[in-house]
Amino acid sequence: MGILEVKNVSKNFGGLKALSDVNLNVRENTVHAIIGPNGAGKSTLLNCLVGKLIPDTGSVMFDGQSVLGRKPFEINQMGISRVFQTPEIFGDLTVMENMLIPIFARRDGAFRMHAIESIRNEAGVIEQAEKMLIDMNMIDKRHMHAASMSRGDKRRLEIGMCLSQEPRLLLLDEPTAGMARADTNNTIDLLKQIKAERDITIAIIEHDMHVVFSLADRITVLAQGTPLVEDEPQNIRGNPKVREAYLGETA
Amino acid sequence: MLGLDKKDTTLLIIVALLTLGAPFILNPFPADSAMAQFNAGYPDLMQRFVIFGIFAIGFNILFGLTGYLSFGHAAFLGVGSYSAVWIFKLFTYNVLPAVALSVVVAGLFSLLMGFVSLRRSGIYFSILTLAFAQMSFALAYSVLSNPRFNLTNGETGLQVYADDPQLFHSDRLPDLPHLFGLSMRATYRLDLGGWSFDFNAGYYLCAVVLMAVFYLAIRIFRSPFGMMLRAVKSNQQRMNYTGLNTRPYTLAAFVISGMYAGLAGGLMAAMDPLAGAERMQWTASGEVVLMTILGGTGTLIGPVLGAGFIKYFENIFSKINDNVLHGWFGFLPDGLEDAMVFLVHPFIGKGWHLTLGILFMLVVIFLPGGLVEGGQRLGRWIRRRRGGKDGEAQRKTEPAE
Amino acid sequence: MDAFLLQILNGLDKGSAYALIALGLTLIFGTLGVVNFAHGALFMIGAFCAVTLQRLFTLSFETIDPTRTDFLGNPMKVKTPYIESWFGPDIGAAIIDWSVPLAVLFSIPIMLGIGYAMERGLIKHFYKRPHADQILVTFGLAIVLQEVVKYFFGANPIQTPAPAALRGSVDLGQMIGFQANAIIYPIWRLVYFFFAAGVIAAVFAFLQFTTFGMVVRAGMADRETVGLLGINIDRRFTIMFGIAAAVAGLAGVMYGPLNPPNYHMGMDFLVLSFVVVVVGGMGSLPGAVLAGFLLGVLESFASTTWATTTIPGINQIIIYLVAIIILLTRPRGLMGRKGVMED
Repeated sequence: MGILEVKNVSKNFGGLKALSDVNLNVRENTVHAIIGPNGAGKSTLLNCLVGKLIPDTGSVMFDGQSVLGRKPFEINQMGISRVFQTPEIFGDLTVMENMLIPIFARRDGAFRMHAIESIRNEAGVIEQAEKMLIDMNMIDKRHMHAASMSRGDKRRLEIGMCLSQEPRLLLLDEPTAGMARADTNNTIDLLKQIKAERDITIAIIEHDMHVVFSLADRITVLAQGTPLVEDEPQNIRGNPKVREAYLGETA
Repeated sequence: MLGLDKKDTTLLIIVALLTLGAPFILNPFPADSAMAQFNAGYPDLMQRFVIFGIFAIGFNILFGLTGYLSFGHAAFLGVGSYSAVWIFKLFTYNVLPAVALSVVVAGLFSLLMGFVSLRRSGIYFSILTLAFAQMSFALAYSVLSNPRFNLTNGETGLQVYADDPQLFHSDRLPDLPHLFGLSMRATYRLDLGGWSFDFNAGYYLCAVVLMAVFYLAIRIFRSPFGMMLRAVKSNQQRMNYTGLNTRPYTLAAFVISGMYAGLAGGLMAAMDPLAGAERMQWTASGEVVLMTILGGTGTLIGPVLGAGFIKYFENIFSKINDNVLHGWFGFLPDGLEDAMVFLVHPFIGKGWHLTLGILFMLVVIFLPGGLVEGGQRLGRWIRRRRGGKDGEAQRKTEPAE
Repeated sequence: MDAFLLQILNGLDKGSAYALIALGLTLIFGTLGVVNFAHGALFMIGAFCAVTLQRLFTLSFETIDPTRTDFLGNPMKVKTPYIESWFGPDIGAAIIDWSVPLAVLFSIPIMLGIGYAMERGLIKHFYKRPHADQILVTFGLAIVLQEVVKYFFGANPIQTPAPAALRGSVDLGQMIGFQANAIIYPIWRLVYFFFAAGVIAAVFAFLQFTTFGMVVRAGMADRETVGLLGINIDRRFTIMFGIAAAVAGLAGVMYGPLNPPNYHMGMDFLVLSFVVVVVGGMGSLPGAVLAGFLLGVLESFASTTWATTTIPGINQIIIYLVAIIILLTRPRGLMGRKGVMED
């Protein structure tokens, strides 16, 4: 029984088949990587999981409940957090405020009209936010404007914001895309640490094989909208089908 | 104090001192001196300062925090005025129920308008509010003023007539808006040497209301709700993927700002018991946008400053005429004097709107943070001149407020 | 049937003005991505081009006619426009009479120049700023332009009559086989409609058949890609802004005889034109034209006695009602493309 079960999902855009008959089973407390050449449908699949797109057919179950037809904020409240390819943070707010918002969202739900209480009096929330900032090693940046940080820091902040919600499933969309080697390695270390310290399931879409093989417990290879194989990393490496898919792309 | 930190308490005290001391502050020149034309301490003008201040504070809660630019807020002001006058007509001249109804009706009206308009964002939202405001104007001006169903009294404007029922009115009470018998027009004039100062009951009612709603605005700004509104402005996508539903947050902000506008409209009617459709026109909405931007969008004190600034200079500029100009430039040689008067002439008197338009463009282009940002820049500049590196360090840590 | 036709015709003149202003707004929005709140002011300036030309033509000098006396018994002063003395009384009078159509020629270079100056001097600095800032600065500009015109021309409407030959009405119904006097239609409205149709056709032909237009259309579809091709798109867009200004100006020039121009006519039309653009679909040129005429005609139907007695004042709010309904049910507007200004 997986925490996330995707069954027979298909999605067409006009005449283009983006996904056809995709099955995916992410087991609890594992890191599951979804790889594949460009245009394989990875992003489409991810968008179907978080409520941005609704698949034409098939089902997506999270912890026994269907996510289809729910809005992104509802799916998040179910326990799925998403990290974007380019960090999506609140650029005009301070780092501390960025961290407070997801914690409030976790505690108070999708909407609460707490317009009179001062944030200063929310000691519990502030403490949690500070703790997460310490974990993310950015407590000294708490008063900075989030937009003025480096890309690596923004990425870390975004991951921290997602973790502060204590999600059961963390979705990462190419978290190291466009990063320098050093930043990539830092991100890998961070994710490894998260995996070791927390009760969390991670699904990661990634291009960089180095990242994938450093982290993943299981890998699904997607090509032209269909899953090619789903297996453990060591079996993926030598798989002729996978090679073909990737070589086909480079040829 | 009052659950505020030191900085906000200082701000509140400053606003309190400014509003309570306004009759002194705005009349710095002796009544019969040449400079008396720069005095602005007349009851009706001071009332306008404060009422538009309230309007702008409320508008800023929507525009300053969420970034949703509404061109329809004058409609709420107008609705507030109409509601208040109806209370005057049907029940009593007491301003308390009148203003209370203004706030409630404006709140309901903004709930309706916000529910529809907020389904879109960006330009679409602005245009939708614009369309709503114009529609409300048309409704008030003609549709709702026909013999069968006369809610607004059309072009003439809604006012109290002798044959109106006024159920709870009695002869002991003033025949004007009053607060439990205290007429809003009651004015005590204090003559001190050459100076004279007017203390008007209506003004002080407005001032007290302003302080209360300013305090409320501070609380909203510092609350988790206020932070969520700023987050809406910053990144809606992240909001959604953080499990937050942006729609009720923006709607709440819209309704709160609509209620502020209704309050301002109600007070306007309480000071002068009539309500006209022109109050609802979109150019009137444009005015509150101007005030907020000019003062400083998203800052607490900005809208109050902007409202005061615009209303003060509107009054002063409109009073200046060519004779006054000749007086000013009289020290110049004749030819030069005429030339100066000729150059300045388009910007004064009826040309005030031209000055305002130019000023507004300059602010948007060069000083998007308005007067508050201007003040901050000036402060930093002075500090740098004085303290060298000190000022530089200060600049980096200064939060953007 | 004839009453129905009459209402459609009655909607055409306003519809034409809406369509022309909305066309310019859409061109600017589609190419430059800017929402121009000063576009109504351009319409108004166009109308005042006609006023200015009329005033220039009627500049006069005074002579004393010794053969006649005025009511005080003094020799009569006679005003003669310079034009009449240069070209002779007949041609001179004809030129003055035709000043509105002539103002079309006069206004084109002026409007192009104003549009060019506006884009280079102001709008260009706002491409990268938020939409709210663009709205605000053009709103400020609109106030300034309006007040400047008010300073020079006063606040009262100024008559700009159509040429004598084009005043009055024709019995349009009889021409197409209805009873006499069923459809009496003012000639100038007809002229305005055909003029607007001509301008619209010219703009579309320009965009369709010239290389310049092709690049602009490509730019409207995907600005970045066209920029990558090494085509200097910004320069073309500047010219496009000039053209949009000219279209608004032309709409204004010819509108004078229908409704005497005043300084705030631009603002009045602006709000409705925005509604037209939104109903047509942001960024869609055919949508703007279609919605312009549609709403104009709709307004005309709502102004019939039957409609206004059923729901008093419906003519004043019908356009807004329709706009709100359309935006809620079809957020992209009648012909809007996907991806333009969506959340």
